[in-house]
Amino acid sequence: MAELNISERQAGDITILDMDGKVTIGEGSVALRTTIRRLLGEGKKKILLNLGRVGYVDSSGIGELVSSFTAVNKEDGSLKLLNLTQKIQDLLAITKLLTVFDVYENEGEALSSYK
Amino acid sequence: MSEKKTELKLASRLESVEKAAVEAAKFAEVNDFGEDVKSAVDMAVREAVANAVKHGNKLDETKQVEITFENRGEAFEITVRDFGEGFAVEEVPDPTDPENLLKANGRGILFMRSFMDEVEWFNHAQGGMMVKMLKKR
Repeated sequence: MAELNISERQAGDITILDMDGKVTIGEGSVALRTTIRRLLGEGKKKILLNLGRVGYVDSSGIGELVSSFTAVNKEDGSLKLLNLTQKIQDLLAITKLLTVFDVYENEGEALSSYK
Repeated sequence: MSEKKTELKLASRLESVEKAAVEAAKFAEVNDFGEDVKSAVDMAVREAVANAVKHGNKLDETKQVEITFENRGEAFEITVRDFGEGFAVEEVPDPTDPENLLKANGRGILFMRSFMDEVEWFNHAQGGMMVKMLKKR
């Protein structure tokens, strides 16, 4: 089974990526990078990452979230995070990235924030 | 049954990160370490082995990564050694500095220090770099 499965949903012009698995060095990080690049290539610049089923992220995975964020920003888009587990929230706090990302616990609120 | 010490020699491949983490979890289990220790050790082992494979040995498969897990009674001790050129840990940029916040790399050392009780790096007498980490029960 793949380290990270990413399924895609559309809510208007917002693309929601439901992520399930691990975002770690190697396969998991590459899967996220490839998906973000493809979406930007398709002109989809409003992206919401649903991390509710991501059980594990390492420093490489955190780096990939940051790279995704900067890549989307560079295209005048917006990447936000939804449903952080306590563990991921702790990692973002340690790295002071909670001040960088827009984080939501509720999908409706997250979607409204793009308007 | 508990065991005092385990030694591993793994190839410089990304797959070795998972292998080392699986062995660390087994060692923690047989030595009755609690969930907090298991979780911290898992994170620290993954980061240390990833650093050794990627930055130390630069994915050169002719170089190994040597790992030990030791039950020190009140603590779980990990050593991870690579055969690279070494680095000065004090020169690694602080990833929480505002000017580094959006960099893609450089957070592994911060994670090791955050989750373990003691972390130190030194140049091994026979070459390469070693990190020694301790997590108390």
